[in-house]
Amino acid sequence: MAKTKKIPNLCNYAMFCAGCGHGVLVRLICECLEELGQEKNVIAAIGVGCSCHLKSGINCDLVQSPHGRAAAVATGIRRAEPDKIVFTYQGDGDAYNIGLAETLNAAYRNENICVFTVNNGNFGMTGGQMAWTTMPGQKTATSPRGRNIELTGIPIKIPELVSYSFKPAYVARGAVTTPAEIKRLKGYIMNAFQAQMNKEGYSLVEVMSTCPTNWGMDPIVAQKRLIEDVIPYYELGEFKKRGE
Amino acid sequence: MGDMVKGNIAVAEAAVRAGIIVYAGYPITPSTEVMEYLSTRMEDLGREFIQAESELAAINMVMGVSACGKRVLTASSGPGISLKQEGISYMAQMEYPAVILNVVRWGNGLGSLDGSQTDYHRETRGGGNGDYRNIILCPSTVQESVDLMYEAFDIAEKYRCIVEVMTDSGLGQMMEPCEYPEFRELTKCDWGLDGTYKVKRGDFLGRNIPGESETYMKKVRAMRENEQRWEMYGEEDAEYIFVAYGMPGRVMSGLVRTMRQQGEKVGILRPITVWPFPEKAFEEMKEKNPNLKGFITVETNGEGQMVDDVALYAKKYGMGTLPVYALPYVCGVPKDDVVAADFAKVKAGEIKEVY
Ligand SMILES: Cc1ncc(C[n+]2csc(CCOP(=O)(O)OP(=O)(O)O)c2C)c(N)n1
Ligand code: SF4
Repeated sequence: MAKTKKIPNLCNYAMFCAGCGHGVLVRLICECLEELGQEKNVIAAIGVGCSCHLKSGINCDLVQSPHGRAAAVATGIRRAEPDKIVFTYQGDGDAYNIGLAETLNAAYRNENICVFTVNNGNFGMTGGQMAWTTMPGQKTATSPRGRNIELTGIPIKIPELVSYSFKPAYVARGAVTTPAEIKRLKGYIMNAFQAQMNKEGYSLVEVMSTCPTNWGMDPIVAQKRLIEDVIPYYELGEFKKRGE
Repeated sequence: MGDMVKGNIAVAEAAVRAGIIVYAGYPITPSTEVMEYLSTRMEDLGREFIQAESELAAINMVMGVSACGKRVLTASSGPGISLKQEGISYMAQMEYPAVILNVVRWGNGLGSLDGSQTDYHRETRGGGNGDYRNIILCPSTVQESVDLMYEAFDIAEKYRCIVEVMTDSGLGQMMEPCEYPEFRELTKCDWGLDGTYKVKRGDFLGRNIPGESETYMKKVRAMRENEQRWEMYGEEDAEYIFVAYGMPGRVMSGLVRTMRQQGEKVGILRPITVWPFPEKAFEEMKEKNPNLKGFITVETNGEGQMVDDVALYAKKYGMGTLPVYALPYVCGVPKDDVVAADFAKVKAGEIKEVY
């Protein structure tokens, strides 16, 4: 018989759109924190974007960071509170466009924090504008004729950059698609938190996700697009394993 | 009397003694000595020193520490303080207290390394988006820098606001004897985040913006009422009152005494807080002195900035018909003989009032 999982106490109602990938990630983060016994020992720095919904979506201490600066805010929290779990929760626009400097520099320092980024290929909150993660030719509100990569660059791959250029503790890319992928992703999140608890340093988990609202697709079609068109470009897996 | 210490080092040590647990900053002359000093000082005390990738990152690190209810400092100058405005505005909104040291340098953009007061408007009005106020403390000696820096943390925590200590290149580089205060114990404010989620977030669907604003403004009114600081001399019988803060304030405190010995009917108001502006001093002048003929600001910027506030508060306290002059010396430290000569021109009607 299938077992129903208890909803973690850390989870609260979040105002994501139907079929949005964000909600699954929040749930996984909450489950991991509870399984690690850290639910009363955690401070988050959240980005600006649909991540703002964590203010209602998670029952833990958090700081609403300025757009893109969550990794710097998390650095401050880390230095002030060495024994708390500190993580950021950010969209791709937040972490990789406006916050690229803060994201990379925290990774560069190997700051002992976990960074979770939601890669949905656009700016969700503001109505689906182009992000650095937008696919070539993809139509968005600011690339209505399709993204021209000659003029705007190719989709950015931060986990690869961070794992090959710096010395972080743990880097992975997962996806909220099939149950099997979601289970794998949970393992990545666990690893990230455990790395921090062991003071191994910085970890980054990027999460491939859908934004049905701004993709203009129903959730099932959006899943299909994510799996067939996007994930082949954004390879899933662990780029830097712990202790490697 | 204490040892001779350089201004920048003295304020940094004062912050250490006030109990900062983290320093985060990015180098920029003329404030850099603060972080150079703290790089080893903090480590030796088992505290945290972060060389951030930018002033933008530094202020956000400050925000993280402050959210945890702990004491933290950042220091910068000119364009570095510009980059901090985003974080300052966020912290004002979240009521995260912090202390910022601004060692002002002259100019727009990259500017120059000369000491000056070109940032008066920005600092007193707040440079980020929104409707917030920061308390701005302006010392004029190394000892006063130490005393104000030490107290700044208490004020910041009292109101849960940003307090800026505003010095300049001259005061930062100057060596003077100074006494340090006692070491404070490291503290954590009871509202600070501790990971247990003891302070619950409210409902944000039904935000009451006028209510939020009024709550904030109540605090602003209390800051304005309680935190005005100034030094005044000769105001009871002066015909002209000089108004000057920081290095010009220091020069004018001395020069007014000399001029009075020479029979000039002058006085000095030296604001120690430029926000809140010491308007109570204007109330006192009005009560004590019916023979005032005018106000003269002495500033190191292009045309005078504080002169606007002097005119506004003169008006508010019934002295709006008096002329308000500015003697702006752009940068550096105004010289006694130059100011005295310009004062003669004011009296002779050769320098026109600004208001
Ligand atoms: C300084 C600043 N610039 C712009 C904005 C407007 N803004 C809010 S959210 C957002 C984009 C968020 O996109 P992303 O990080 O991809 O998150 P998502 O909403 O897709 O989860 C922008 C541009 C802002 N709040 N602050
Ligand atoms: S706009 Fe997109 S990312 Fe934001 S909640 Fe809706 S579906 Fe999710």
